[in-house]
Amino acid sequence: MATLNKPSRRDFLKIAGTTAGGLFIGFNWTSCDSPKVEVLSTEAILAQAQRFNGYLSIAPTGDIVIFSPNPELGQNIKTSFPMVVAEELDADWTKVRVVQANLDTEVYDRQLTGGSGAMPHSWERLRKAGATAKFVLVASAAKLWNVPVEEITVENGIITHQASKKSGHFGEFVAEAATMTAPEEVQLKEPKDFKIIGTAVKNVDNDAIFTGKPLFGLDFYREGMLQAMVQRPPFGMKIKSVDDSAARAIAGVKDVLVFENSVAIVGSSTWPLMKAKKVLNVSYEPDGSVESTEDHNRIFQDMIANQKGEVRREDGNVNSAFKNAAKVVVAEYQCPFLSHSPMEPMNFFAHVKGDKAELIGPTQTPDRARQTAAGILGIPPENITVEITRLGGGFGRRLAADYVAEAVQISKLTNAPVKVTWDRQDDLSGGLYRPAVRYRFEAALDGDGNMIGYKLKGAGINSGNSTRQDNFPSGAVPNLKIESVEYTSPITTNAWRAPITNFLAYAEQSFLDEVALEAGKDPVQFRLELLDQAKNSPTGEIKYDVDRMIGVIKTVAEKSNWGKNPSTKQGFSVYFSHRTYVAQVADIVQEGGTPVLKKITAATDCGIVVNPTGANHQVRGGIVDGMGHAMYGNLTFKDGLPTQKNFDTYKLIRMKEVPEVDVHYVDSGFDPTGLGEPALPPTGGAIANAIFAATGRRLRSQPFIEQEEFSDLNLVIRRA
Amino acid sequence: MAKFNLKINGQKREVDVEEDTPLLWVLRDQLGLVGTKYSCGIAQCGACTVHKNGEAIFSCITPASSLTEDDITTIEGLSEEGDHPVQKAWQEVDVAQCGYCQAGQIMNAAALLNKNSAPSMDEIDDAMNRNICRCGTYHKIREAVAMAAKLK
Ligand code: FES
Ligand code: FES
Repeated sequence: MATLNKPSRRDFLKIAGTTAGGLFIGFNWTSCDSPKVEVLSTEAILAQAQRFNGYLSIAPTGDIVIFSPNPELGQNIKTSFPMVVAEELDADWTKVRVVQANLDTEVYDRQLTGGSGAMPHSWERLRKAGATAKFVLVASAAKLWNVPVEEITVENGIITHQASKKSGHFGEFVAEAATMTAPEEVQLKEPKDFKIIGTAVKNVDNDAIFTGKPLFGLDFYREGMLQAMVQRPPFGMKIKSVDDSAARAIAGVKDVLVFENSVAIVGSSTWPLMKAKKVLNVSYEPDGSVESTEDHNRIFQDMIANQKGEVRREDGNVNSAFKNAAKVVVAEYQCPFLSHSPMEPMNFFAHVKGDKAELIGPTQTPDRARQTAAGILGIPPENITVEITRLGGGFGRRLAADYVAEAVQISKLTNAPVKVTWDRQDDLSGGLYRPAVRYRFEAALDGDGNMIGYKLKGAGINSGNSTRQDNFPSGAVPNLKIESVEYTSPITTNAWRAPITNFLAYAEQSFLDEVALEAGKDPVQFRLELLDQAKNSPTGEIKYDVDRMIGVIKTVAEKSNWGKNPSTKQGFSVYFSHRTYVAQVADIVQEGGTPVLKKITAATDCGIVVNPTGANHQVRGGIVDGMGHAMYGNLTFKDGLPTQKNFDTYKLIRMKEVPEVDVHYVDSGFDPTGLGEPALPPTGGAIANAIFAATGRRLRSQPFIEQEEFSDLNLVIRRA
Repeated sequence: MAKFNLKINGQKREVDVEEDTPLLWVLRDQLGLVGTKYSCGIAQCGACTVHKNGEAIFSCITPASSLTEDDITTIEGLSEEGDHPVQKAWQEVDVAQCGYCQAGQIMNAAALLNKNSAPSMDEIDDAMNRNICRCGTYHKIREAVAMAAKLK
């Protein structure tokens, strides 16, 4: 048994001593090419392949299987991770199959999707996985050919020794490679030599997605499994009594079970359960505070006006700065709760078998799913397997394991394999929302329009710290105070794509627009002056890279022709989150008295762009998402229940509501950072600032369409 | 329960379900055709789009028992090799993010091109507006529909 890699035991699997035999489990034939070419199934490749490490197996045929450990929810990790491994391996990408790895905490660390953190975390690990495998393959070739390693070259999966005219594909060397030990350290490529990274490699699941193959959790069926739907209580309520007679009378309903504070309806297909849920009669009684949106509005006013916040950062002396100010600007901004609403509703499969359990489904945190199940069942986590399906969106909702817990509970109660499915109403009323937040900003300007003081008080409902105290403009203002206050509500909240900053960025960037106006300065120039201050006479700690922020600002100003065309009214915004810098400009043109939002230009610095298509998807998608929720997203409450129960009232952005989005990157050469979130935060601010520039209306609350200032704007959205 | 026949992707399929069962759940739960997706169940998102005699319908609100005389096509039957012009364009443009809405988007686009082989950009927008993509792939969908019209 030889170990290919020493650096981290957790990262890499031990390599098996021999190949797993040449048995084919099955193979397909490509249909129309003649002569017919044998195409091995992934299982057949794996059956004979040599496992090099946690990420990589290579078969004697030269076929390569790359395991992608992190859940795929549309961020394209299942394509971009393998690209990085294949790059350092110098593989022929057409020989690569990608397999979603099951949960394996022995082999992988951070096997989760959240915080735009996968690529920065794994960048080096993935590269090493490819590079160490290449190292032993090359060493094997050198040994077999009896030539010096240095004279060997590798390109596109072919190992060559020029002088002796010998060459062979990777597969020819895997057996020998299995006997070798990989080095502790391995030479990685210079980015300029990348051949796969930086190219528009297509999504590896395209075929399956576009032909309707089972891929998602909801597509998982197993012979004999039960299906279940669950009725949950309103927030702040508990079950008083259950009348399930009408539900039980629906043909196809097998059982109705009460567990914890929920009622499960069980059957063998979905439709009877949906019907039964409509006639299930559960009455509830208060079990805490039963809240409505009006209550929250009152609570916000009270928190902002009367409650002492927890101070998150304090620089200089704000009191004297405000006392000496030539001008003070004050504004408050508010945002509602939001639902994540991925297109695939929550669902999970669980099969509890004595002291073992099998879990299959869409989760951003497979290990949390397992730990949750272990807790419920009182069994060791090692007894539980977790298979990760493709996720039909996540946006943070599937970081939680509440729906996994339901599947486990019901499987335990029914002693059967069970798939729990939420309907859309469940998804909207099932909690763990983006928290509702209100912010109060104050800025002090001196006689020259310099911002000498800055105060932010964030008030949130189950928001935790609703500020990001070390983000810009912290460090750029000599006197600054940032504090937050929180109200604890029974309405549950959780991370929602770009947690906190998804709203804070809009509020802050709109407020800075207001301040720039009061200071008599161009909004872009105003930011650049602040950054100049942060660079040359910083105050306190600075946790963002001033030059990278300036880089995206200058790029977006140039690409959007900022200020060059008087008939185009523009709104500017810039934000740093999740290690990535994004600046945006929204363009509004007046056409016959009607403001038309035509275009959003974005400049992003995420370091090396691994896959330009994937990156464009994330930047554009983030902007569309940010715009949709700023414009329309609103979850309001009446007596502990959301008022919006489906997409007819909970409005998501559609095709005709998106402007042109023009995407640019700043080539900073840094290691890649994540893109799942950072493009979203700046968008609301860019749009609100453009609306102000075009119409003089300042939108200080979301969603925009429900603000009085918006009602008679007649804003039209149309691509340029 | 009621027994009746459906014609799905050119094949006769006998089903035995309550008469009010939407086609969506017959496809997914009874026939194992899971390419057609559930998302809203109330004709708001288009994830469940299939063809009834070549036209796009929401399978989530259409009782299967009302379709016994019709030709139903699902994503699985749009082409034999996944090479319908719309599927090819979707590949070429690399449209998907999470992918969950895309079967519905493809079926809707294919139905549009059945009716109108050379749609204008505005006509594409109008037709595709009935499908939601939560990931925001709208720009690519639009580009792919236009490309598919040229491939046809
Ligand atoms: S599931 Fe049918 S339109 Fe949404
Ligand atoms: S690709 Fe995710 S919903 Fe459209």
